[in-house]
Amino acid sequence: MLEQLIDIFLLAFLAIISIAIVRIRNVFTAVMLFGIYSLVSASLFMILDAADVAFTEAAVGAGISTILMLATLSLVGRDREKPLVKKKISFLPLVIVLVTGATLVYGIVDLPPFGAADNPVHTHVAPRYIFQSMSEIDVPNLVTAVLASYRGFDTLGEVVVIFTAGIGVLLLIGGRRRKEENADE
Amino acid sequence: MILTSAALAILVTMLLAIIRALLGPTIYDRILAVNMFGTKTVLLIAVIAGIAGRGDYLDIALVYAMINFIAIVAVMKYFEYGSLGSIGNDAPGKQEGE
Repeated sequence: MLEQLIDIFLLAFLAIISIAIVRIRNVFTAVMLFGIYSLVSASLFMILDAADVAFTEAAVGAGISTILMLATLSLVGRDREKPLVKKKISFLPLVIVLVTGATLVYGIVDLPPFGAADNPVHTHVAPRYIFQSMSEIDVPNLVTAVLASYRGFDTLGEVVVIFTAGIGVLLLIGGRRRKEENADE
Repeated sequence: MILTSAALAILVTMLLAIIRALLGPTIYDRILAVNMFGTKTVLLIAVIAGIAGRGDYLDIALVYAMINFIAIVAVMKYFEYGSLGSIGNDAPGKQEGE
């Protein structure tokens, strides 16, 4: 009962903040609202018992993203506002979005029931992880065993992606500073 | 029972903080609203930990408190100096905070 109530509150928060972000003109305010949005979705992940995802969402969404967007704002100017676009209602995007959404909803109709014990996701490899990871991997934490060993290649790919993103950010931010130092000399 | 009422009170406070962040005439209202919303998130997670009987959620609440603090410090620094370091408007090579 209480969990449903918290869910309803948090989802309503998400909707309110999203609409506000779309409609607001001031860019700084939008960045602030993005921070609140991330905190709300992190709370939702917590309620769904996905603590690691919630960690990531809070650290990346509320922490790093806000700081990166502020750094961008400090480069492009704080008082910049989104230009007022002329309100022209076009129906084609709305139709496309509605059709895509309806297709997605239609696609989940024949999914197995949520949380049922005999779903394929629970019967395929999960028993092996649970019963044999101790003898095969010898790591007491199941999630660590799966991420670091059973899905080692997958994790390696993720690390490569994050490493590439980090290099990109460093090039974007660090390149300008070097140019300024050269101009100063 | 007391946890339930605490959760409800926190949710209502979150709603008020969102309203302040949306209406806030000055930028300080919005910064304060975001900061308070982060604090309420920490409290909500702590209450959920109490309701669900999961003591390990409290660690996550602590990490949230730290992230919230760092983000707010970054926001205030940006607002005070106009940049996050010596990249933007500050003189190059000048130490931050001077």
